[in-house]
Amino acid sequence: MYGFEAMTFNIHGGYLEAIVRGHRSSLLTAADYNNLCQCESLDDIKMHLSATEYGPYLQNEPSPLHTTTIVEKCTLKLVDEYKHMLCQATEPLSTFLEYITYGHMIDNVVLIVTGTLHERDVHELLDKCHPLGMFDSIATLAVATNMRELYRLVLVDTPLAPYFSECITSEDLDDMNIEIMRNTLYKAYLEDFNRFCQTLGGATAEIMSDLLAFEADRRAVNITINSIGTELTRDDRRKLYSNFGLLYPYGHEELAICEDIEQVRGVMEKYPPYQSIFAKVSYGESQLLDNAFYVEEVKRLCLAFEQQFHYAVFFAYIRLREQEIRNLMWISECVAQNQKSRVHDSVVFIF
Amino acid sequence: MVDSSSWSRALVQISPYTFSAIGIAISIGVSGIYITGSSLIGAAIKAPRITSKNLISVIFCEAVAIYGVIVAIILQTKLESVPASVVYDAESLRAGYAIFASGIIVGFANLVCGLCVGIIGSSCALSDAQNSTLFVKILVIEIFGSALGLFGVIVGIIMSAQATWPAAKSS
Repeated sequence: MYGFEAMTFNIHGGYLEAIVRGHRSSLLTAADYNNLCQCESLDDIKMHLSATEYGPYLQNEPSPLHTTTIVEKCTLKLVDEYKHMLCQATEPLSTFLEYITYGHMIDNVVLIVTGTLHERDVHELLDKCHPLGMFDSIATLAVATNMRELYRLVLVDTPLAPYFSECITSEDLDDMNIEIMRNTLYKAYLEDFNRFCQTLGGATAEIMSDLLAFEADRRAVNITINSIGTELTRDDRRKLYSNFGLLYPYGHEELAICEDIEQVRGVMEKYPPYQSIFAKVSYGESQLLDNAFYVEEVKRLCLAFEQQFHYAVFFAYIRLREQEIRNLMWISECVAQNQKSRVHDSVVFIF
Repeated sequence: MVDSSSWSRALVQISPYTFSAIGIAISIGVSGIYITGSSLIGAAIKAPRITSKNLISVIFCEAVAIYGVIVAIILQTKLESVPASVVYDAESLRAGYAIFASGIIVGFANLVCGLCVGIIGSSCALSDAQNSTLFVKILVIEIFGSALGLFGVIVGIIMSAQATWPAAKSS
């Protein structure tokens, strides 16, 4: 019953919710980011980060640091926290936490398949996979040559199996098909997650449907912009859009026929929440658009913490942590390449 | 006709002692200690300083349970034995119902109060972990919540005060 979940939520979820709120208080603040942006070298960054919660993870690294090491260790911290929460969770929270990682699983699958297509070594690709999306038998993905084999050999045993019904073909995998596969899988995943959250009901359903709708709309815009000028037909493009969200169905109709960014802007400006995003991006630069979307996403994720007794705080925390890791990667890259003037282009402050 | 009155006949046939005993049992009530406790433990991992102050919330929950014990003791002093001939008289039924009702009032008021205090205590622990100036402000909300239990106790005692068994009259 909506409104009465406060009475029984703490029985199973109280401890974990309190833990995740404790983790949230350890996210880096604007002051931390300002300090990091002033750093001259990666060792300075390491020193600043050892004063934060990342200290134990970075202190054993030998001195010539690479940016990938910093990102790897920070991601390791996120994975440790996630695994701790997953161990302690009961149903349905444990299913919810697992759903959060399926997106990473999809990315990992696509990474390995693309890498194999370009003849890279499997172990090198496995190192680059996101640890939250690992599953057993991921290495055998390198063997498959078309989608049917991919499904039959490896993916049928993973949680991603139900998402494949729409994209099994016998065509050989090439770059275009892989991108289409990625987007089709992600569409099925978002719809499934949305359905699952609706069955949970209450505040979880309400907050998650808002967050997932934003995600679906963002992906629709990205798909549109990335497929302008490629051979993706309009019908194919429309099939990649999810069937929920603010843009569904009329926005999707209009987006499907867009041929350049100005038309996309014209479509999005009819929707007030997205109008403010597009107003910040005045000359169609794609990177600024990404950043504007991230800023809006962070704002919505922080709002999820305003309510108690629901599961969306877990989703919001993991997304905010990933945003923080993206920020750290950007700052480290800028510092390593001596481009400190561009640091503030892409850092999204969380607090 | 016979069927519709069978419920009322059943109620009348149940001994009023049963009702009063059930009333006493319900008056102990359920408290919200678990609701507060789980949030307190989780929040205290990152902010250990909150543990001692937030035990106040748990003490509020326990106070609610103590009200229940007090009323149970009061109610059981109201039980007297009556001779078998007058057990099902209107007077003794009334006394039994009064004690039953008093027990239910106190029990459910304590239940709701305990839940309320428990939920507020959980929010108090979480917000204290983030920002310690919020503790006293949320405690004030909790105090108002625990007044609910007190109202229940007052009404319960008033109800049971006039539960007199007819034994004294028919000797």
